[in-house]
Amino acid sequence: MIIADVVVTDVRIVAEGTRTLTFVSPEIALSTLPGQFVNIRVHAGSDPLLRRPFSVSRVDGNHVEILFNIVGAGTDILAKKKPGDMINVLGPLGVPYGIKGEFKNALLVAGGLGVAPMAILTEHLKALGKHVDTFLGARSALHLIVDHLENIHVATDDGSKGFHGNAVRLIQEYLKEHPIKEVKIFACGPTRMLKALSAFAISAGLECEISLEGEMACGIGICQGCPVERVGGQKKYALVCTEGPAFHCQDIILQDS
Amino acid sequence: MKNGFSIRGVDFQNRVFVASGTFGYGDEVKHLVDLNKLGGIFTKSLSWKPRDGNPPRRIVETASGMLNSIGLANIGVHTFIEKRLPFLRTLKTRIIANIAASSIREYGDVLSLLDEQEGVDGYEINVSCPNVKEGGLSFGTDCAMTAKITAELRSKTSRPLIIKLTPNVTHIAEFAKAVKGEGADAVSVINTVIGMAIDVKSRKPKLSTVTGGLSGPAIKPIALAKVFEVAQSVDIPIFGIGGITRMEDAVEFLMAGAVAVQVGTANFVDPATGTTIAEALESYGRQQKLNDIGELVGSLIVDKKSSVLQSWM
Repeated sequence: MIIADVVVTDVRIVAEGTRTLTFVSPEIALSTLPGQFVNIRVHAGSDPLLRRPFSVSRVDGNHVEILFNIVGAGTDILAKKKPGDMINVLGPLGVPYGIKGEFKNALLVAGGLGVAPMAILTEHLKALGKHVDTFLGARSALHLIVDHLENIHVATDDGSKGFHGNAVRLIQEYLKEHPIKEVKIFACGPTRMLKALSAFAISAGLECEISLEGEMACGIGICQGCPVERVGGQKKYALVCTEGPAFHCQDIILQDS
Repeated sequence: MKNGFSIRGVDFQNRVFVASGTFGYGDEVKHLVDLNKLGGIFTKSLSWKPRDGNPPRRIVETASGMLNSIGLANIGVHTFIEKRLPFLRTLKTRIIANIAASSIREYGDVLSLLDEQEGVDGYEINVSCPNVKEGGLSFGTDCAMTAKITAELRSKTSRPLIIKLTPNVTHIAEFAKAVKGEGADAVSVINTVIGMAIDVKSRKPKLSTVTGGLSGPAIKPIALAKVFEVAQSVDIPIFGIGGITRMEDAVEFLMAGAVAVQVGTANFVDPATGTTIAEALESYGRQQKLNDIGELVGSLIVDKKSSVLQSWM
């Protein structure tokens, strides 16, 4: 984990409303595992004050890439960064996806911007010899992000491309037709999607890890701001930042947001 | 140049501390910060039993600040002594245990247990958390109760006893007077300011507990005025807290009358803020040709003709 000023090398639009930002950090590039995140200070001022957490979506040499939508003041500032601008980055943070199990078939399920960690995840899974299928849910064909992904199955809310519906329905249909074994699901996306997917995975007896978001100030466990309710155990809550963001779906209770 | 100061015979190497609840128990950030450069660490609040804290959502960013409603989530004093204190003992900085409780008895039990331990240099008593149902603000806004807690704890320890005061009262100086009268060695001024934020789409409060505690640069002017008010009225050492993010902020608090400062919310953005300020403050002191950073304390120059302060203080 480092905290450092880094140079932005690229900001570009990759789909309707979504951008990638690339920065140079040999340390973060070398040490980031799939599902981990970086906490970015977008400027030196006090408004907005806090860092913003982003999944690392890809690493290429010394370059680290994140994916974001403009949702507020912080991401608006990020979108306006030019090559050569500096940002301050803290990372890599959090518990990565567990990619080393016995499974042979990795099923990646992403809704919307939940596609963010899937490129780096795909790369690491392939390096371990796993077969990867990717189930993408997006609002429309224009919102799809497919770069650096494998065996893509598409669902869109408006039916403009692929399956007319959501990514959870899509993977359920797929598994009905292709009853594959030795499966592990890796998911990221809106809470509602993760809830539906978790329910399906638990009922079907499939191993499934989900990556969560949480409002957090620090990203390193000191603010205690990002609790998620645990199943059983002594502690009622786990922290998304240090005990996640990747969790086994049967270990936590997702609240409607 | 002299950097340090002392309270009740305990020496502190400089005047920049980290505030309770913004630095964990120190070891969370040991790879990012040279902890030995701090004047001291105020630990996350400790209660007798572990506390789960409040349900999400616990944090909302606001203009130049943030609202929190953590609810004193902590590991409990026993786990602290067993798992965290051994690391803290290895540091060359002072450790002040912050204590939060829901009864006078619990405050006393936690303090007495800590008082048997080596490596705890003093206590900060949180009577001012706005985010718990029992204890917290219901104690901290009641001057007689605050005094009673202070007296009870004073009888149990000879280590420095610091009472953390809430700004959510009309006259904070009365509270400082009361705790001084019961033997407190210092006060921390201020805890968070009650605030709230609303999601207009859902018409619901953003925090699960509706209101929370506002912190960050947004509250610095409030904090400075409270420090000044206490310093003008009561002769007691003050730890100034509230929105400190850079050396100049710390200097303002010292000038207003604080003997030392605590860096809080800024630690969430950069845990090295405190050590950066400590170094910058030392350079500033040398530049100003001071013999002692303490020369800054209460050095504010107020033009008496223009002062309207005395009327309400």
